[in-house]
Amino acid sequence: MNVMTPEGYVAADGRRIGPVLMEMKNITLRFGGVKAITDISFEIREGEIRAIIGPNGAGKSSMLNVISGFYVPQEGEVWFRGAKRPPMKPYQVARQGIARTFQNIALFDGMSVLDNIMTGRLTLMRSGLLSQAIWWGGAEKEETAHREKVEKIIDFLEIQNIRKTPVGRLPYGLKKRVELARALAAEPKLLLLDEPMAGMNVEEKEDMCRFILDVNDEFGTTIALIEHDMGVVMDLSDRVVVMDYGKKIGDGTPDEVRSNPDVINAYLGVAHE
Amino acid sequence: MFYREAGDFKTRYVDDSQTFPIRFDRWRYYAVLAVAFGIVPFLINDYWANAVFVPFLIYSIAAIGLNILTGYCGQVSLGTGGFMAVGAYACYKLMTAFPEVSILIHVLLAGGVTALVGVLFGLPSLRIKGFYLAVATLAAQFFLVWLFNKVPWFYNYSASGQINAPERTIFGQAVTGAATTPAAKYLFCLVILFALAWLARNLTRGTIGRKWMAIRDMDIAAEIIGVNPLTTKLSAFAVSSFFIGVAGALFFAVYLGAAEVGEAFGIQKSFLVLFMVIIGGLGSIFGSFAGAAFLVLMPVLLKNLLVGTLGWPTDLAAHIELMIVGGLIVLFLIVEPHGLAQLWRLAKEKLRLWPFPH
Repeated sequence: MNVMTPEGYVAADGRRIGPVLMEMKNITLRFGGVKAITDISFEIREGEIRAIIGPNGAGKSSMLNVISGFYVPQEGEVWFRGAKRPPMKPYQVARQGIARTFQNIALFDGMSVLDNIMTGRLTLMRSGLLSQAIWWGGAEKEETAHREKVEKIIDFLEIQNIRKTPVGRLPYGLKKRVELARALAAEPKLLLLDEPMAGMNVEEKEDMCRFILDVNDEFGTTIALIEHDMGVVMDLSDRVVVMDYGKKIGDGTPDEVRSNPDVINAYLGVAHE
Repeated sequence: MFYREAGDFKTRYVDDSQTFPIRFDRWRYYAVLAVAFGIVPFLINDYWANAVFVPFLIYSIAAIGLNILTGYCGQVSLGTGGFMAVGAYACYKLMTAFPEVSILIHVLLAGGVTALVGVLFGLPSLRIKGFYLAVATLAAQFFLVWLFNKVPWFYNYSASGQINAPERTIFGQAVTGAATTPAAKYLFCLVILFALAWLARNLTRGTIGRKWMAIRDMDIAAEIIGVNPLTTKLSAFAVSSFFIGVAGALFFAVYLGAAEVGEAFGIQKSFLVLFMVIIGGLGSIFGSFAGAAFLVLMPVLLKNLLVGTLGWPTDLAAHIELMIVGGLIVLFLIVEPHGLAQLWRLAKEKLRLWPFPH
């Protein structure tokens, strides 16, 4: 990594990374007496691919849930696009331009692939109940305009042939892809991916990596992802946050993190005298 | 052989998202409309109107309403009878208070009043789900029936406690009251059903429908992608109650003519409409029609068969008829839990390939 300035830095592959998009300041999250996250601070910059890694139970998913507004931390502040975020409901956070996928797929099984992806655009659709009931005119026009955008995403993720299939019938790898499509349909500023490659075979993983890189490259979407496959994390991400037992034990480029003694301890254990 | 998508190329998204994308389906739909509007009114007599067509049309409206709430939005309701009563009593009060206003407006306003009441009783759905919500709506059912029984203002202080529909006309034709012709009853209900079914189809295929289904399939994920659970659930309650209220108003004003709340809109009405929705198919407009047709037609068919053809005594036939209908419902749920709509869907999928196996 080159020199870090407030305006950003130049990533290892030469991409220009912008200023801070989201900043977590001293976040602490407790469930009763259990501290899931202890005093963690880090930032995500525009255009960056930021990974959060750590052993099981380290608090990675809790961190993602804090970002997406599902958990409200007891202490600390969340800053998004230069402003402190007041306490918000998850659907309000979604409207700010944060979309996510889930560790165990959370698609709407009763709906077709197309409808699932269209739900991703809910936050961008405006027509009211009455105009939708009448359909002709406003609602139909809006629907068609959004359908065009969705079709671009369908082309992009190469799922044209399953467009009308009910999601419940799809295999696991495709479901993950549809979920990514749904998140992309919202045209998010920040895309959160919770273990996008869990349970996939090598080929599916490679596809998914390609899509993540393409999304970042073509749409300029900032991406924060949690992943267990170290090879994937080190190849994809610009910077990595390492968590263990709810604390941050490392933060930096993949190379820095790899040589951090605390990180090595957490992952490999340390010899006791 | 005619039931094919092949060769029917869609070049616009509008064409692709229409209700009947297959040409044959479209023709069939127009044919049904032509028969319903152009032929049936001239052939219909008192028996067919009162035993089959009018209850079928009215129950279809109620079933579409409940299907929006339960089938599309996933909120179980046992308050249908109570909400139909709200529609009926609202219609009655409006008819007697403003006799010069058209009955059509009264019926729609009655739906509006029911929508408000529905939203009120829908509020607990934000906190409770599933069976618990069903029990909460059951409370609505009992409370509403009790209310219309106990407060004389609702039935205009009549001595019998009944409400009676006065005669009202549209284009000079009586549609309520004793002098109504069967064709007028039928057409009045058909026009309203046609309009409401079209609205329901539009709502369920658009943004609001997807919001409802998102809440039904996975409410937490829905909230995280930007669905406001409060407004979405309440809009489902409002739209659903509007349909059920209109059905209640028609049931009282056009079909019964005179009603007593406990008898006409008791808990058995709630169950009947819920059965229609489940047997027809949750989350399907066609299913609502199919379920209503099944539960309205089946008893009539059985009665004609047992009493008319086999010559059994009426009371025995009535009991056996209940047992057979009940048995059929159970059988149905075992054989096809997703209802008649699913059977229809499977048949269509087969038809697209017929007569070839693949």
